[in-house]
Amino acid sequence: MSEQAPLIRLSGVSKSFGPIDVLQNINLDVPAGEVACVLGDNGAGKSTLINIIAGLHQHSGGTFEVDGRAVHFDSPRQALDRGISAVYQHLALVPLLPVWRNFFLGSEIMRGRGVFARLDKARMKAITDDALRQMGIVIKDLEQPVGTLSGGQRQCVSIARAIHFGARLLILDEPTAALGVKQSGVVLKYIAKAARESGVGVVFITHNPHHAYMVGDSFAILARGEIEMHARREDLTVDDLIYRMAGGAELESLQHEMGR
Amino acid sequence: MSDTMTEQDNTARAPGWGQRLAALIKRPEIGSVGGAILVFVLFFVLAEPFRSLASFSTVLYQSAALGIPAVAVALLMIGGEFDLSAGVAVTTSSLAASMFAMQVAGNVWVGVGFALILSLAIGALNGYLLIKTGLHSFLVTLSTFLMLQGLNLAVTKLVTGNVATGDISTLSGFDSARAVFSSYFMIFGMSVSIIVFYWLAFVVIATWILLRTRIGNWIFAVGGQGESARAVGVPLNKVKIGLFMGVGFAAWFMGMHLLFDYVTVQSGEGVGNELLYIAQAVVGGCLLTGGYGSAIGAAIGGFIFGMTTQGIIYAGWDPQWFMFFVGVMLLLATVFNAWIRRQATRG
Repeated sequence: MSEQAPLIRLSGVSKSFGPIDVLQNINLDVPAGEVACVLGDNGAGKSTLINIIAGLHQHSGGTFEVDGRAVHFDSPRQALDRGISAVYQHLALVPLLPVWRNFFLGSEIMRGRGVFARLDKARMKAITDDALRQMGIVIKDLEQPVGTLSGGQRQCVSIARAIHFGARLLILDEPTAALGVKQSGVVLKYIAKAARESGVGVVFITHNPHHAYMVGDSFAILARGEIEMHARREDLTVDDLIYRMAGGAELESLQHEMGR
Repeated sequence: MSDTMTEQDNTARAPGWGQRLAALIKRPEIGSVGGAILVFVLFFVLAEPFRSLASFSTVLYQSAALGIPAVAVALLMIGGEFDLSAGVAVTTSSLAASMFAMQVAGNVWVGVGFALILSLAIGALNGYLLIKTGLHSFLVTLSTFLMLQGLNLAVTKLVTGNVATGDISTLSGFDSARAVFSSYFMIFGMSVSIIVFYWLAFVVIATWILLRTRIGNWIFAVGGQGESARAVGVPLNKVKIGLFMGVGFAAWFMGMHLLFDYVTVQSGEGVGNELLYIAQAVVGGCLLTGGYGSAIGAAIGGFIFGMTTQGIIYAGWDPQWFMFFVGVMLLLATVFNAWIRRQATRG
């Protein structure tokens, strides 16, 4: 490991909403170029964790560092300015809008001045095409509505967009949850590529241990707001991960109880 | 959809006829073009006077009168909202200009300016209420529609003691204002109203805004998926308020035309037109759910309605049939548009 501070580091982070503790003592490092998988069941606190990193919530305790400096984000904008970008499952694209318009939505490139200022269509299309091709996605007609792309391609478009607009840390919220096997493959390949080749740090939220193991460098299992297990890839087999993810010892005792 | 690389030379991308045709069919206004041709042929065959140039200028006038507010309404609908107050807002604007000029200012241009500010404020209020209350725009603008309808009648009665405003043609500035809002030109032997040119200009401007500017991109985005748009930094509230103000502007413009055309204003006018504006936008390819549509389509929708109003008269039918035809066309157009869109978005 390099001596450089990781992109983000959470140490002893906790979060409570009123009297309810949602997260407790969370430790997580994400260096550049690595994929950190966060696994957990529904209600384990995954969303809260993402929201803290993405600047939607503030943590109540512990420290959250970006590039070695403690931060407290007030808004997603501040997180974005530090290169932290969240790609949500449903909150990313406008289905009826063409691919290139989606890619540049909110950051359009203009040419001309004053009342003649207009969208630089040719340039935006070329950049979109280029950014997607770099990641191995080819979309023949960038004028086609994003909604007509496959689920996997849509995920890739939003990830490519985040990277193009300067994301250094990507938070991917269940990017493969709604996808079939083949489409998941497309997205996973793309995630791995983003990390290895673009040097982006990735927080990969999932509940699928197979998907996690395919791309992950480190794994954290979140349960009831605490990190139950934290391991690096070399210390773990995929079977371990599945076992732990499935509830591990808990499941075993249940099996025992039921006498089967 | 294939994920494999297909070699494609970007420099040699001259689309063939098939591709061009496919792209054409995917345009939102395609359904309305078909409808316009159909209606044109129908009345051309059935109504002899319809074939003359003079009647064509009347058709254009009717189309523009319905179409100017419809262009703004189309933008608003692409942005995902309705405005049910647009019909009476036209009358509100005429009344305000007329009464302010007559009772307070003595010059019609002051009244025109007053009405503009009022109309933009009504639009802004619609947008503001939408955002503040979080209610559907159908409810918000239904409320403002009812309020304006009541205000139009009550305030006019209060100020003039009558249901209509007085004749403004003797006030100063009337001639220049009439020249701007309601003059006529002779073209190819037909007398064409100036609002036909304004209508075309508004369509061009609206199309430019929609397809070539950042604002246009944002309009499609806030209508298509507001939260996604907001998440990438699109100022959703400003876009929506701006769109309502655009409808306010169009209502003002139409109100000024009617005022200087008829000289007096009936305070009960305008009710029901809001639905015609929406119907035109929908016939022209706007989705009721937002995020899709075109200003050109709305203009063609206006043309269809203009042809129908006049065609029915020329064919010697009772004009009361107009609404029936509007209903039939709306139904056909929406079914057809939905079908086309399914074909187009199939990939």
